[in-house]
Amino acid sequence: MNTEILGIVLIFLLAVALAIPLGKYIAKIFGEGKPFAEGFFAPIEKFIFRLSGINPNKQMTWKEHLKALLTINLIWFFWAMLLLMTQSYHFWNPDNNPSMSPDLAFNTAVSFLVNANLQHYSGETGLSYLSQLACITFLQFVTAATGIAACIVVFKAFKEKQGNLLGNFYDYFVKTVLRILLPISVITSVILVFSGVPMTFLGKANIQTIEGVAQQISRGPAAAMIAIKQAGTNGGGFFGVNSAHPLENPTYLTNILENLLIILIPIALIFALGYYLKNKKLSIMIFGVMTIGFLMLLIPSVMQEMQGNKKITDMGISQIHGSMEGKETRFGAAASAFWGVTTTVTSNGSVNAMHDSMTPLSGLSQLMGMMVNAFYGGVGVGFLNFYVFLILAVFISGLMVGRTPEFLGKKIEAREMKIAMLIALLHPLLILGGTALSSFLIVLHQYGWLNNPGYHGFSEMMYEYSSASANNGSGFEGLGDNTPFWNISTGVVLVLARFLPIIGPVAIAGLLAAKKQVPESAGTLKTDTGTFGVMIMAVILIIAALSFFPALTLGPLAEYFSL
Amino acid sequence: METHTKLFEPALVKTAVKEAFVKLSPVSLIKNPVMFTVEVGTVFMLLTSLYSLKYTDQGFFGYNITVFFILLLTLLFANFAEAIAEARGKAQANSLRKTRQDTIAKLYLSASDIKEISSGELAKGDVFICEAGDTIPSDGEIIEGIATIDESAITGESAPVIREAGGDKSSVTGGTKVLSDQIKVKVTSDLGESFLDKMIALVEGASRQKTPNEIALTILLAGFTLVFVIVCITLKPFADYANAPITIAAFISLFVCLIPTTIGGLLSAIGIAGMDRALRANVITKSGKAVETAGDIDVLLLDKTGTITIGNRKATAFYPANGIPKETFIKLCLLSSIADETPEGKSIVELANELLPIGAVNSSEKEGMNFIKFTAETRSSGVKLKNGNQILKGAFDSMRKITENANFSFPEDTSIEVNKIASNGGTPLVVTENSVIMGVIELQDIIKPGISERFERLRKMGIKTVMVTGDNPLTAKFIAEKAGVDDFIAEAKPEDKMNYIKAEQKLGKLVAMMGDGTNDAPALAQADVGVAMNSGTQAAKEAGNMVDLDNDPTKLIEIVEIGKQLLMTRGTLTTFSIANDVAKYFAIVPALFITAIPALQFLNIMDLHSPETAILSAVIFNAIIIPLLIPLALKGVAYKPIGASALLRRNLLIYGLGGVIVPFIGIKLIDLGVSLLF
Repeated sequence: MNTEILGIVLIFLLAVALAIPLGKYIAKIFGEGKPFAEGFFAPIEKFIFRLSGINPNKQMTWKEHLKALLTINLIWFFWAMLLLMTQSYHFWNPDNNPSMSPDLAFNTAVSFLVNANLQHYSGETGLSYLSQLACITFLQFVTAATGIAACIVVFKAFKEKQGNLLGNFYDYFVKTVLRILLPISVITSVILVFSGVPMTFLGKANIQTIEGVAQQISRGPAAAMIAIKQAGTNGGGFFGVNSAHPLENPTYLTNILENLLIILIPIALIFALGYYLKNKKLSIMIFGVMTIGFLMLLIPSVMQEMQGNKKITDMGISQIHGSMEGKETRFGAAASAFWGVTTTVTSNGSVNAMHDSMTPLSGLSQLMGMMVNAFYGGVGVGFLNFYVFLILAVFISGLMVGRTPEFLGKKIEAREMKIAMLIALLHPLLILGGTALSSFLIVLHQYGWLNNPGYHGFSEMMYEYSSASANNGSGFEGLGDNTPFWNISTGVVLVLARFLPIIGPVAIAGLLAAKKQVPESAGTLKTDTGTFGVMIMAVILIIAALSFFPALTLGPLAEYFSL
Repeated sequence: METHTKLFEPALVKTAVKEAFVKLSPVSLIKNPVMFTVEVGTVFMLLTSLYSLKYTDQGFFGYNITVFFILLLTLLFANFAEAIAEARGKAQANSLRKTRQDTIAKLYLSASDIKEISSGELAKGDVFICEAGDTIPSDGEIIEGIATIDESAITGESAPVIREAGGDKSSVTGGTKVLSDQIKVKVTSDLGESFLDKMIALVEGASRQKTPNEIALTILLAGFTLVFVIVCITLKPFADYANAPITIAAFISLFVCLIPTTIGGLLSAIGIAGMDRALRANVITKSGKAVETAGDIDVLLLDKTGTITIGNRKATAFYPANGIPKETFIKLCLLSSIADETPEGKSIVELANELLPIGAVNSSEKEGMNFIKFTAETRSSGVKLKNGNQILKGAFDSMRKITENANFSFPEDTSIEVNKIASNGGTPLVVTENSVIMGVIELQDIIKPGISERFERLRKMGIKTVMVTGDNPLTAKFIAEKAGVDDFIAEAKPEDKMNYIKAEQKLGKLVAMMGDGTNDAPALAQADVGVAMNSGTQAAKEAGNMVDLDNDPTKLIEIVEIGKQLLMTRGTLTTFSIANDVAKYFAIVPALFITAIPALQFLNIMDLHSPETAILSAVIFNAIIIPLLIPLALKGVAYKPIGASALLRRNLLIYGLGGVIVPFIGIKLIDLGVSLLF
């Protein structure tokens, strides 16, 4: 048991240890000084920009940034639709998987475009290898880079003393792909290949099992995709059961690597902020708040999973290894709980166990992770979500010390508050609204969506919308979600919950950048202190707890207390 | 004028109670989104109560109507808070307005035609005359003459002040009294449009606009209200799914408890109270925004004289002219000042007595002398002794004129001494006997006791203090260091102030200054907070955004604290209000579902008696917390200059943690009481 805990502590410490130099490297890429391997990357970037006719030195306002971001996303959407609907004509389709129907293609395209990766298909039978690479893996790279680039725009805005010009979006985007995502993915893929993850264009393997039965084993160019799926908080697996699949996550070692990658870039970006602004205390404060929040969700979950289900213990069944229903024996209870919480706080959404089978409080932790969506959060967007909470905290605490609220020397006024409040409202609206709609329909029509009626069924529906709204992509499962209602409603939630929370914070940061910077004085409320950290934590907890408490009461809490 | 109205003066309470009902009108409530939604809920509750007279599926009539009345009470409490703040402000303004009872105005038409009319008939641009003993009928500007005026009706200060045409002290205020001389005054504003009238309108709400900060806070509160609209509406299908039907009464109670009614109900009262506090400090603000901005000030420009130093200088040394024995000279100085009641004169007597041996002046010498008063024209004062000798002391140039008129020469050594004193930041006071120069007295600035502590306090607030003085840089530096200001502008010309303000503003800082002269007007307009002295010129008063009736230059410090208090009161009560929700959730949510899901008894951590009492207790707590917090809203949260982080920690502990804990105790206690009825 202690080894199990040691294992997850190790994963976390390793992630932080790698995130610090990575953060420094990221800060250098977008800040001053000569970043590592400049001589290698700079000519490639130059070539790309020459080829595409983009001038990477053209400075953009926040509005131009958003315009670039949204336009390029729209193009990717059509690209994805095209590929998914023409699979039967694809080369690299050895298993002859068919084209997707328009509605499924739409759902898949949207889901990958927003970095959520809700999958209503199974990779083995639903996609050609060309689609896996040119659609899925491609989107996993570019959407992760979109989030990070938007985050860099906000960083740049923080640094601006007073001005509108916040760098070039394409410059940020290309650098992110080339200098951050690709190197990490290449290294990871190589390790994965050597650990037994397939990387081939051959079709299904026909083998004879030990029992003597002939079996077909799906394979494909998996290693390349799994790396970016983990590193870019994408989460959409190559195979249907994601990282619980032995070929997607073969050993405890690959599990360490894949789990570490879930939180690596989100944490590194926090440190990058500190190096970029030369304000380490600020990033330590943010990292501290996020980590405390993360631990508040992690610890109960790990304890519950390692303890096992009380009802089962009551039956006299030994649970010495914890609650093992729906878990892989090669990972164990603690590592599964750890993955479950890391994947939900970061909007990654890959899984190495069945979340539906976990104990109620683990479900609560996972739901809360997605409801807050800012304890580390998705690559780039996690910080943007945190920024909204930060603005609200700055506003309230500024008032509490008798000064018009300001963050990094910029006054927070009505306009910024309006945007921050709308974004903070969006998440509860989408999750509660979606769950309410489905609850209403299920009561009205008695649809057979739920495997488990009662509290657990309620959690399943709430999980689906939380996952969609957090752009997480994992499923509680146990929910028959491949129906027009679920496809459409979650699709709408996915799109709204992706782009509005990018637009809002970028707009706030852009508006603030244009304001005059007020020099710091003794009366200025410092935002890089523990006291302010407590304030942000209070704001996050109050907003999340206050909006979701009644719903959580009827789901995991009622289930837990009924055990 | 310091008036200490009790917080809940019976007469004011009576008006406020009446107003609380009037304010129930949806037209006026819609300005406050939080309380407006409460009103909508209250109406629904009334309909539900009526419905339950006939049908039973929404609970008993008695219970429903009780909830209705508690909700109504919540609204009334919130209205009362606003009304009592208004009433207090109005009472304060009225007591100022009372100073301008109807008096007789001597309307000046031409030198030969002076008509007596009622002060109410004066119009802007009219000119009237006031003589010794007259009460000034209206605000105005002296266009001719000089007079001493008793302004105690407004400032409470009994010492008379001098007001004269043309200078920086040309304004007179209606209700004050002319003590000497005669002045010709031009009316500067129509009846009902003076600053005071504007202030009264602000307090009464007629012209009160929400400040930017208030707007931002309203957005936050509206956001929280919307969150709970979403929470409550979606709860209906959730509850249906869980087979735990919720009554309308429970729904509305949950909603009203969750939305930030405490701060919503007190918000406008806090704003009005802020202006009222300014008014109590005898500062008339032209907008609520100015008070708030004052809380954000980074740089304070302060005039040296009157603010940092006592306006009056003190004698520090005697320098006799060549050939005059020192003792004789000191004796002359003493005699010249014995009857002089000014602080300078007293200080001369004091110093002379210290330096002279006992008995140097025999009492017979003091007898029968006539005091020659200081006048603005002669710029000197003194005595005429029994033996006919006339001793005068006064400013260098006016004394020189006297000497030269009498065909005496001005001794060179005294002239050197005069220059030396001046260059050391002192004021030379030249003494003559029968028009012969006898020597010079050195007067020095005395730094106000306690002023350096005040600057320290300002520094802890993060405010930089800048001293503005006409002194030369050396003297200025000397005084600046002694007083503990952060910076100074020496040999200041009006445009220097302006340039300094602009430079600071360019750095993003907010600057406050006080001024009185027409020269100051551009700087007052440029400053983020410009406080004009009431004695100042009309132009200065127009340019600034506040007017200080006391003409007290240290008032700026008070104004800054009032501004900070205003913001803090809003912030802390918002925090308190939202933190309260935690306990309310633990009261109401288990109550909603406990019948259908008995396992949720675990969440009833307060061990409340029954679902009905739990909901009722939460709603009652929610209502009575508003009047309980009215005193805090009106008085404001105390500001302590202990640094922003320490202040946040303190307020977070008191109002954040307190806001979580207090309702747990309150609701439990109310439940113990309510459960007796069930």
